[in-house]
Amino acid sequence: MAYYIARRLGLAILVMLTISFMSFVMLKMSGDLAISLAGEGSGADYVEFLRKTYGWDKPLPVQYWNWLIKALQGDVGTSFYYGSPVLSLIAERLPATLSLGAMAITMALAVAIPLGMAGGRAPGSIIDRIALFIALLGVSTPIFWLSFLLILVLGIQFAVLPISGGGSVRHLAMPAMALAFYSMPAIIRISRAGMIEVMRSEYIRTARAKGLRPWQIYLQHALRNTLVPVVAVASVQFGFLLGGSVVVENIFAIHGIGYLTWEAINQNDYPVVQAALLAVSAAYVVLTLLADIVNMMIDPRIRLE
Amino acid sequence: MNSRITGSVPAARLWKGPRIPVGRWGLATGVFIIGFITLVAILAPWIAPYSPYEQSLANRLVQPVFMEGGTWGHILGTDHLGRDYLSRLIYGARLSLLVGFGTIVLSAVMGIGLGLLGGYFGGRVDMAVMFLLTVRLSLPIMLVAISLVGLLGNSLPLMMLILACFLWDQFLVVTRSLTMRLRNAEFVLAARAAGLSNVRIMIGEVLPNLVSPLIVVGTLEMAHAILLEAALSFLGLGIRPPDSSWGLMIAEAKDFVFFESWLVNIPGLAMLVLVAGITFLGEGLRAWLAPDSSQ
Repeated sequence: MAYYIARRLGLAILVMLTISFMSFVMLKMSGDLAISLAGEGSGADYVEFLRKTYGWDKPLPVQYWNWLIKALQGDVGTSFYYGSPVLSLIAERLPATLSLGAMAITMALAVAIPLGMAGGRAPGSIIDRIALFIALLGVSTPIFWLSFLLILVLGIQFAVLPISGGGSVRHLAMPAMALAFYSMPAIIRISRAGMIEVMRSEYIRTARAKGLRPWQIYLQHALRNTLVPVVAVASVQFGFLLGGSVVVENIFAIHGIGYLTWEAINQNDYPVVQAALLAVSAAYVVLTLLADIVNMMIDPRIRLE
Repeated sequence: MNSRITGSVPAARLWKGPRIPVGRWGLATGVFIIGFITLVAILAPWIAPYSPYEQSLANRLVQPVFMEGGTWGHILGTDHLGRDYLSRLIYGARLSLLVGFGTIVLSAVMGIGLGLLGGYFGGRVDMAVMFLLTVRLSLPIMLVAISLVGLLGNSLPLMMLILACFLWDQFLVVTRSLTMRLRNAEFVLAARAAGLSNVRIMIGEVLPNLVSPLIVVGTLEMAHAILLEAALSFLGLGIRPPDSSWGLMIAEAKDFVFFESWLVNIPGLAMLVLVAGITFLGEGLRAWLAPDSSQ
């Protein structure tokens, strides 16, 4: 088990290094940082001075190495636009996106797992058709349109939820619903498929033969085995939500990572863009690593591979 | 579903595309919807009642025909610049399908190429391919796509290329796992004994066997590409005005959403129908072409 975790950790670190290198190259491609930092109309001497101060006159691999060392110490540069350290900007905005994502994935799991399992228990039944129809709507509805529909119905027609801004649970409810709807199909699908597979298995037949009540079979036997792929999918979906919430944050004016990135792109504030990409990728890599470890605990068979 | 199938990436992580079982009716529905929209897109210059660019400030925000005050002159009304909404919708369909198709062709080349390499050679080559896949799956598509578009500009071919760089993973997974199965098949061994080069075996012998499942993957990924383009355009980082894209139409209408909600609902509904149609088509094709494929 220790070996498995060590290998998995090594892979995660290697992935993060690759992504950090790609984001570094992207930052370099965005143009000459010295000129951007000096501002328009600065003298060539000043630009040259900045280039020397920040070490941007050195070869690219050296620059990457220096950048990496600094980044590991928590210094990922300074925002062109705000003039403050990028890390503090990210730290300021991350909680909004994380709580939005957490709320969305909780909603999605709470609806999709029971729905998928109920569908998988009796494929072709009415409830199964409803589950599949919801999954179809989930993959087909553009999230920005869904957001507007929610605003029109819940925000205007019934006026039960605030239509813009972040900060409270009520503010996050509508954007979280939109995001949850978007990640439900994958969870419905996988819990449905897992349930179908589990219901065919020998040990469920044994449990039935022993005379266990149906709910005992579902909760104690089927759920546990359906959970392994669900954990993996949920962690991936949570990662998608962190990156994919940019549209929803934009519509509902939630000042999270997605909104920050979008603003930074429009202001050509590339150090912020780079750091936001790194932060979201890192969150995803850590999540999937944790999911794999959790799965190893739920299902000992995985350790043997 | 064990991790041996996909190497270092647990298989569950790759369950991304829609997997909704549909029957024969589903396939028929998909063919009908996509056929209709494709026809409309191709015939756009002939069937659009007005030019999608022509503004008429005297005719701003005319209601669609099914609402009070609507006229048959503008069946779906006009937008905030007085442009005919139906014509913009028709030209938008053109763009959605073009982006969807172009992106998928590019990403298919990338994914199938890598999948053939990894599946055919195995070993270290395969490890490298799987590492690339893991890196790709760890990148947040939406954020990286908008950053790259913001950085490199948003011409149409460039946008398709950027989207393609993020949509090859399903092609790779399917190609790789099927190639692995065929690697030691008799016809491959025979081709090798006959002295064919590896490239010729991969393209001439292995690839033709993968056509059906890959068509299914391509169809389903096209839905993905179309939704991404719409989201990019919605954020102002995709198709630029005055060109017409459904995502852009919704973005342009968002200031009017409280008063004229049909401006948002018409392109939104069009998008839903198109993507649902593609999903029906893809899943229907899966049931028809590759009923036993677990991928």
